[in-house]
Amino acid sequence: MTTEIDRDHWRSAVKFSPFYNKLKDHDMVNMWHRWAGYTVPTVLENTTFEYFAIRNTASLFDLTPMSKYRIWGPEALDYMNRLLPRDMTKLRVGRVAYTAWCDDEGMVIDDGTVFRVAEDEYLLCAQERQMEILKRNAIGFDIEFEEISDEIAALSFQGPVSCKILKNMGFKDIETMKMFDLRYFDFPGGEVMISRSGYTGDLGYELWMKNEQAEPMWDAIFDAGKDYNIRPIGGNALEIARIEAGLIAANVDFSPANETVRPGHAKSPFELGLDWIVKLDKGVVFNGRRALLKEKQQGSRFRFVRLDVEGNKTACNAYLFDKENGKNIGYVSSAVWAPSAKKNIALGFVDMPHGKVGDIIWAEIYYKKELKWNRRWAKCTVMDGPAWNPPRKTKTPPDDF
Amino acid sequence: MGPPTKGNEAMKKYDVIVIGAGHNGLTNAAFLAKAGLDVLMVEKNDYIGGASVSRNLHKDWMYSNCSYVCSLFRPEIYRYLNLGKHGLQVVTYNGGFSLTDCGDYLGSYSDHDVMRREIQRHSPIDVDAYDRYYTEMAKWCRFIRPLLLRTPPDPTSFKIRDLDELRFLAKKFGELGHKDLHDFMRFFTISVGDFVDQFFTSDLIKAHKAGSAVVGTNLGPYSPGTAYVLLHHYMGDVDGATGAWGFARGGMGAVAKALAGAFQEHGGEIRTGSGVEQITVKNGKVTGVRLENGEEIKADRVVSNLDAKRTFLGIMDPKDAGEKVVKAAKKFKIRGSSGKLNIALNGIPELSALPKDSKLIQGDFHVVDNMEAYERSYDEWKSGTWSKNPYLDVLIPSLTDPTMAPPGKHFMSVFVQYCPEKVNGQDWTPELVKQFGDTVINTIAKYSPNFKSLIEHVEVRTPGKIEEEIGLTGGNIFQGELSLSQLMFNRPFPGYSQYRGPVNGMYMCGSSTHPGGGVMAAPGANAAREILIDMKISTTVPEDEGDD
Repeated sequence: MTTEIDRDHWRSAVKFSPFYNKLKDHDMVNMWHRWAGYTVPTVLENTTFEYFAIRNTASLFDLTPMSKYRIWGPEALDYMNRLLPRDMTKLRVGRVAYTAWCDDEGMVIDDGTVFRVAEDEYLLCAQERQMEILKRNAIGFDIEFEEISDEIAALSFQGPVSCKILKNMGFKDIETMKMFDLRYFDFPGGEVMISRSGYTGDLGYELWMKNEQAEPMWDAIFDAGKDYNIRPIGGNALEIARIEAGLIAANVDFSPANETVRPGHAKSPFELGLDWIVKLDKGVVFNGRRALLKEKQQGSRFRFVRLDVEGNKTACNAYLFDKENGKNIGYVSSAVWAPSAKKNIALGFVDMPHGKVGDIIWAEIYYKKELKWNRRWAKCTVMDGPAWNPPRKTKTPPDDF
Repeated sequence: MGPPTKGNEAMKKYDVIVIGAGHNGLTNAAFLAKAGLDVLMVEKNDYIGGASVSRNLHKDWMYSNCSYVCSLFRPEIYRYLNLGKHGLQVVTYNGGFSLTDCGDYLGSYSDHDVMRREIQRHSPIDVDAYDRYYTEMAKWCRFIRPLLLRTPPDPTSFKIRDLDELRFLAKKFGELGHKDLHDFMRFFTISVGDFVDQFFTSDLIKAHKAGSAVVGTNLGPYSPGTAYVLLHHYMGDVDGATGAWGFARGGMGAVAKALAGAFQEHGGEIRTGSGVEQITVKNGKVTGVRLENGEEIKADRVVSNLDAKRTFLGIMDPKDAGEKVVKAAKKFKIRGSSGKLNIALNGIPELSALPKDSKLIQGDFHVVDNMEAYERSYDEWKSGTWSKNPYLDVLIPSLTDPTMAPPGKHFMSVFVQYCPEKVNGQDWTPELVKQFGDTVINTIAKYSPNFKSLIEHVEVRTPGKIEEEIGLTGGNIFQGELSLSQLMFNRPFPGYSQYRGPVNGMYMCGSSTHPGGGVMAAPGANAAREILIDMKISTTVPEDEGDD
C-alpha cells in the first residue's frame, strides 16, 4: 500500500499534507517548519489565541506527519507484547494505549500510541520512523506490517467543546467514549476511526481517515463548530499545551536510543518517568527486559522531574542545582509559562537520588531583556504530576463545554 | 427578635472575620486561612462575588453582571492560591475596534505589522508614534507594577519599614534619568487628552486610545490626572502580555468561585445572607461583628472589604471611628459615573463598518470617534444627566467563551460612561432607567442594523442599582476615585493607607485602599500581609515577581 515515489520528487524538499490547502486558508503569518518530511505550520495567526482554542473551545492540529504503521497477523498480539514493555494482553479491541519501546539495553527508542483495531490487528503511531525497528523484531513471528504514514490523514481535535462538535456532526454516541477508547464511524468515503486521545492533557479526540476524506472532514468540523470559535493551530500552541500537561517529546526531552551516538545520552523508561508502562513480570520477554530488570534492582541514573519554578522567567535550557550556587545535578529539557495553570513550569532530569516529589532544587536561569543577558536563581519544587490535569480530560460523558 | 442561638457555635471566637465576599475580601480571607488562621467570611447577599459575579438572569444566559474582563488580577495571587486548580481559567481575547461616524472602523490587531498598517490606513504620520506611545506606556507600567503588591509607605513616619519603603521608591525614581523623571511627573498629573496629543495627530486614534481613561472616572478626557487612569487600565497583563485583557471562563464569577475554593481548601467558612450591622468595639479594640439579624460573632480581628464610606459611616459607630476618620470618610470621593447593560442576543449583531469575516468583533468596541465628543458627554454628566452619545465599552464574551450563552446565541456586555447617580437631582424612576437603556441601545443600533431585532433580554444597571446590589457607594466601580489625591499613601486617606483602621484589630482590604479598583486582588493580599505582620506570623503573601 506504500505510496510510490515519483522520480521528480526532488523538486520539492517537503511534502504537503492533505490538509495543507485548508491550513493555508487560515495562515496569516507564513511561519512553517518541517516535521517528518512535511511542511507544517508553526503559527497560523497568533500562538496565544491558538493555545486558548485548546483550553477554551476546540483546536485542530494536523497530525498527518506522524509515523503510522499497520501490524496484523495471527501472532500480532505476541509480536506487540515482544516489542513493547506494556502488557499487551490487557489491551482489548477498541482500546488505545500510550507506550514507549526500548532497545536491548533498555533505552527508549520512541514513544507513541498503539490502537488495537481488531483481535489480530494493531496500528502503531509514533513520533519517529520505525520501519527498521518493526522489521528487526518481526523475525520468527507470523505477522505482516506496513507503513501507512502517507496514506492516513490524521487530525487532533482537542478542547472542551470538541465532543459537542463531534456530536453535532452526527457521530452517534461519541459522548460515551471513554479516555483511550477507539471506534469507527460512518463518513462519506468510508469509515473513519476516532480515538479519545491526544497530546494536550485536555478533553480531545484524534480522527484518522483516508487522504481523500481530509478536506470534507475539515469542512464538516468547521460547519458543525461554527458557533464555537474553533481554530486550526500550529506547533507552538501545541508545545505549550503538552508541557503544561507534563508530557515528554522525542528529540526534545529524550534522544531516541537508536539515533543516539554519545554514551549515556539515551534514557530508560524509568528515567523518563514511565515506570508505569514497564511490566517486567508480564510473563513474556520483551525488548530491553533484562536491562530494565537490572536497572530496577541497581537503580536508575536519572529521575524525570516536573518542576514548579519560582518567578516568571522561563527556565529554558537551565541547569539544575541541589542548592543556590550548589552542585549541578541536572538540566531542564522543556520549559514554558503555563497559561492555564498560571505557573512557570519546566520538565527536566536530575541525578538520582535528587528530585523526589516535594523536593526543592534550584535552576540557574539566563534570560534576556532588551538584548542584555541577566541571570536569576529560581527555587523549583518537584510537582507530583502535570501542572494541568482538569477533570474534563477523563470525564465521561463530557460536558458540552 | 433576639439573636438566634446556635448552641456552642454562638460562643465561638474566630481569629478573623472578613466582611464582604468580593474578590478582595475573598483574597484576603484565603491568604489568612492559608496562614493557618480561623477565618469567617460574612456576605450580605445570598451569593458571593461582589462585583466579580456571574449571574443567570435569563434562560440559559450567564451574565458577568458587573466587572466583565480580567487583566489586572495579580498573577502572583493566582499562582499562590492555586486558582487554576480551583477552576479559574483566564482566556485572552482577540480584536477590538472603534467605529467612526462616517462608517469606517479602526481595528486593534494583536499582530504588530497589521496594527501598524491599520494606523497607516487612517493616518500615515502616526504609525511610528504608535510604537513610541507603547514604549512610553511600557516604561510607566514597569515603574508602577512593583508597587501594586506593596504597602505604601507613610511619608510622615520614621518607622524602619516606612523608611525602607521610601528608600525603595527613591531608588526607583533615581533609576529614571532626568528626562524620564520629568515625563513621569507630567504623566501623573496631566489629562489623557494632553497625553495622547503628545503622540498622535489623528483624532480617531486619540479617541481610540484615550477611551479607557474615563472608564469609571468622574473626570473628562481633558481633566488633569486622567492619564494615570489610562495606565491603570493598561498596566495589567495576561500571561505576561502587557495591556492584554481576558475573560474569566464562565464569567467573572469564576474569579470569586476559585478564590472561595482556595479559601475553603484552607478551612475557611463563608456565610452568605449575613449583612453586617456594626463592627463591635470595646476599649478601643475590635470584638467582632453584629449582623443585621442581631447575631453577634466574636473575633480578634475584623477586616472590612466595604468601601471607605460604607465602612466608616455605615458599619462603625462614629465614636469608635473617631472624628478625624469620619470627616475624611465623608470627604472621600466616590461618585458614580458609570452604567451597564447586560444583553441576551439571539445572534451576532452585524456591524456595517466591519469587513466580512473580521475577527475584531471578538474584542471590545467603542463608538466615540473624537476627543471633543468625550468631553461633551462628560459635560452632560456634570449637568446631571446621562450622556446622549456615551462612551461605550461593548464586548460579546460568548464569542470567545462558549459557556456564557447557548450555541449561536450571545451575551453582550455594554459598559456606559457617563451615567449619574441621580438624574437632575432626582432619583432614578423605571421610566428614566428605560430611557437610559434606550439611549444605549439606539447608539449601538446606529452602527448595527439588525441589533435591535436580536435582543431577547436586557438588564439595565444604573449607579444606584450597582450600589443597592453590590454596596459600592454611589455605584463607583473603583470603590473611590483614582485621583492623585486618593492614590498610594493617600488611599483612602492620609494616615490610613496601610490597611489598618482607627481601632485595634480593625482593617480594610477593599479597593478603597492601595492600589485601588479593578479586579486586581492586590488590596486584599496586601491587607492580609499587614495582618500577618501584626500577628507575627511568617507571611505567605507574595510580592511582585518583577519584570527585570
